[in-house]
Amino acid sequence: MLTLILILLPLAFSLILPVLKGEKEIRIVALTGTVAEFGVAMAALIQYVTSCHCQLMFTADWLATLGVGLTFSMDGISLPLVLLTVFLLPVIVLFSFSHHYRRPAAFYSLVLLMEMALIGVFTAADGLMFYIFWELTLIPAWFICAVWGGNDRIRITFKFFIYTFAGSLLMLLALIYIYFRTPLPHSFDFRVLYIAVLSPAEQTWLFLAFFLAFAIKIPIFPFHTWQPETYTEAPAEGSMLLAGIMLKMGIYGLIRLLIPICHLAFQQWGEIVMILSITGIVYASLIAIRQEDMKQLVAYSSIAHVGLIAAGVFALNLHGLQGSVIQMLSHGINIVGIFIIIDLIQQRTGSRNIADLGGIARKAPRLAVFFMIILLASIALPLTNGFVGEFLLLLGVFEYNHLYAAAAGLTIIFSAVYMMWMYQRVMFGDTTPMTEHITDLNNREMAALIPLVAVIFWIGVAPGFFMDIIWPDAVRVLALFNM
Amino acid sequence: MTTILSLTLLGVLVLLLGILKKKTLQLPLILVGLLTALALTISDWNTARHLFNEMLIIDNTAVAFSAVLIFSTFLIFMFAAHYYQGVQRPLDDIYAIMIFALVGAVLMTSYGNLIMLFIGIETLSIALYVLAGSHKEAITSNEATLKYFLLGSFLSGFLLFGIALIYGASGSFSLHGIQLFVIANGQNLPPMFLAGLFLLIVGLAFKIAVVPFHFWAPDVYEGTPTLLTAFMATVVKTASVVAMYRFFSHTFYGIYGVWETTIWVLAALTILLGNFTGVYQPNLKRMLAYSSISHSGYMLLAVVAFSPFTGNALLLYSLTYSVATILAFGILILVREANGNDYFTSLNGIARTNPVEAFCLTIAMLSLAGIPPLAGFMGKYFLFTTALEQGLLWLVIIAITGSAISISYYFKPIVAMYLKENEGGKLNSGVPFKAHLIFLTLLLFLLGILPFLVIGLL
Repeated sequence: MLTLILILLPLAFSLILPVLKGEKEIRIVALTGTVAEFGVAMAALIQYVTSCHCQLMFTADWLATLGVGLTFSMDGISLPLVLLTVFLLPVIVLFSFSHHYRRPAAFYSLVLLMEMALIGVFTAADGLMFYIFWELTLIPAWFICAVWGGNDRIRITFKFFIYTFAGSLLMLLALIYIYFRTPLPHSFDFRVLYIAVLSPAEQTWLFLAFFLAFAIKIPIFPFHTWQPETYTEAPAEGSMLLAGIMLKMGIYGLIRLLIPICHLAFQQWGEIVMILSITGIVYASLIAIRQEDMKQLVAYSSIAHVGLIAAGVFALNLHGLQGSVIQMLSHGINIVGIFIIIDLIQQRTGSRNIADLGGIARKAPRLAVFFMIILLASIALPLTNGFVGEFLLLLGVFEYNHLYAAAAGLTIIFSAVYMMWMYQRVMFGDTTPMTEHITDLNNREMAALIPLVAVIFWIGVAPGFFMDIIWPDAVRVLALFNM
Repeated sequence: MTTILSLTLLGVLVLLLGILKKKTLQLPLILVGLLTALALTISDWNTARHLFNEMLIIDNTAVAFSAVLIFSTFLIFMFAAHYYQGVQRPLDDIYAIMIFALVGAVLMTSYGNLIMLFIGIETLSIALYVLAGSHKEAITSNEATLKYFLLGSFLSGFLLFGIALIYGASGSFSLHGIQLFVIANGQNLPPMFLAGLFLLIVGLAFKIAVVPFHFWAPDVYEGTPTLLTAFMATVVKTASVVAMYRFFSHTFYGIYGVWETTIWVLAALTILLGNFTGVYQPNLKRMLAYSSISHSGYMLLAVVAFSPFTGNALLLYSLTYSVATILAFGILILVREANGNDYFTSLNGIARTNPVEAFCLTIAMLSLAGIPPLAGFMGKYFLFTTALEQGLLWLVIIAITGSAISISYYFKPIVAMYLKENEGGKLNSGVPFKAHLIFLTLLLFLLGILPFLVIGLL
């Protein structure tokens, strides 16, 4: 029941919002909605942990005769992602108060609709529901990026939409195909999809369809071309939703569908997708070093980071899987933090070009400290969340193949290079005319950043809480793979 | 039977009111009459009957699709008051002819005899030739009617020739009689019979606007008065697809292998060409014309995926397609009225001046593109499922490619409305018009979230 409330609550708020007038009122309601959602998720978490990992299943008939049910549940893989979503949304909404967007009601309504769709994707336990919510995320994401985005937004958001829509149609095709291979009566329930009888040849093709859909979303090299442009042109909140949460849908899909269903195809494709992921890490890192636009730099660094997460998933061992879930949390939190800081700098100075900036640390020490912590987390310093995830991921890849792990390990060195170099040029040195009058963080901005930093250290120092939630289901996924 | 009688009576009554010069009573009468006819149609549910020596077969398929046709016509008539406001000349002829066209369409869903099919098609077509030219002062309307009439009558000849050849080979006009002939000669059908079947397919493909028999559609759609284009794009298309589905499912079931490839190729061509060409259209009306062409391809997908579920999939698809298309045409009426043209630039910035209309058109476009949770997605989903169940993997892949392409033109109006600056055009719609638009929008949500209201009926 809690799962259903989690889905319906943001929807209800997103339907209320367009009725309201007055920016202040709208903001309060939007924030209330996301905070209330967080509260419900906490209740779900408590229930999950105390009642020994019951799945919080909700089931209702929808197209019962055709084997489609309104089935939603949470297990150790989806719960962390749900928590990530409900945790980041209030932060994003709180941060967004520093902008004065035109038509705020529509904006926050779309943000909450997006939250609902994301929760739906992470909790769906039925293939068709998964697809419906998956597509549903695309509409608010497109509108947020297209209406409130930068100058070149029309062309770029269009590319983004076409790319991801084409990918997800392939997923729909694959899902229906598998549906007809399930034992009679056919069903879309994940548990039934997992036992579909598929020949190795069929799995090969299904693997490609699923992989393309997910690889575009994640994005894995060479399907990433929509991503840097979209992040750059999207409004800050749009980039946060895309990079922080939405791309996790792709990795979640890998774990939830690709691995259990197409396990035979990994003999043929496993090596190739692993190489693609690792190529993406090195390639994107090298490009990131040369970026002048901070947002673009972060966009490329994100490709590198998620490349490592994907590599950890494809390593198909316990460390890799656990690491990927933990790192999904960490990456979401860190990248939202970085986007917040970049946008704050841009609001104050009017630029996010590294060349225009300098000497901010002296003028705005609090900003510098927060930026430093989040950057260090992002380059995986011990005691931060990034370290836990990347360590496990590298361990997983190492168990798969030593050489690949060595290549993937470059990500840590590279990310230190581009992140620290950026930090050095932006925060230290002489002030420029643009940064001369920069002001430090105000209380609202601190309120948005402090929870992020708290979680960075929490996961970094005591990851056990999340590891305990994740591991039974990571084991289950691997059992399905080895079936 | 009651459907056809009540609709004909309604048409005559409308003409009568025209003679009595009771102009204000016409539309209310039509709307009430259509609802009555709808109720009468639905009361025939589960009373499978044959009439006039199997001239008509009133089975559930016929009832369900007749209901869709009448409902679509009702939805279109809801726009009529606004569309024809300020027109001084009497409109009873246009209204009555639309209703007579609907009678033809209903015949096409319930025929049991190829002669009846031909009568249905001709009733529909001749009415449409008149309707296409009903805007007498406009040169485009004249062009449309001439084009449609010349090509249409030519292709009707194909159809009749096909029927004659089938009769010559099998000695029967009735679906049942031909079916017996097919069963008896399943392995070695005479070439004459096959030629007849092929001509029959061509004749109907023209009416549905299937590639390569689609060239008339964009021009005729563009020239025809918008309200009547909506009628062409929905009622006529649904009726023709159902007519095709009916004789394949009743009669030519046994020789699936003979016609499968033909329909397969037609469907693939229609989906690909319709969608590709749609991308390059400069205005909303032509874009909707190509959208309707590509949707005929999807409907053929259901016909070629021949399974017991086809009827259901087709029913939901035609209903969702009709509702979304009528909604889009409703906005188109407003756009043309406000700007005198319907180039995409006329839609610029509408979202700010007319948020309700912009939202409705967005939902219509997203539904046509097949984005969940809207009705269009459920329609496409069931089509694809039916087709995949029959192993038509490649055709579904083509259909999916087409869907991906279609995004690029369905998004054009959305981009114009939300992302471009307004150039002064504001749409003027009254409260009833707006209420109808919202009703159609809600219908799209309803059918998308509760598809089982329709699916599983047949």
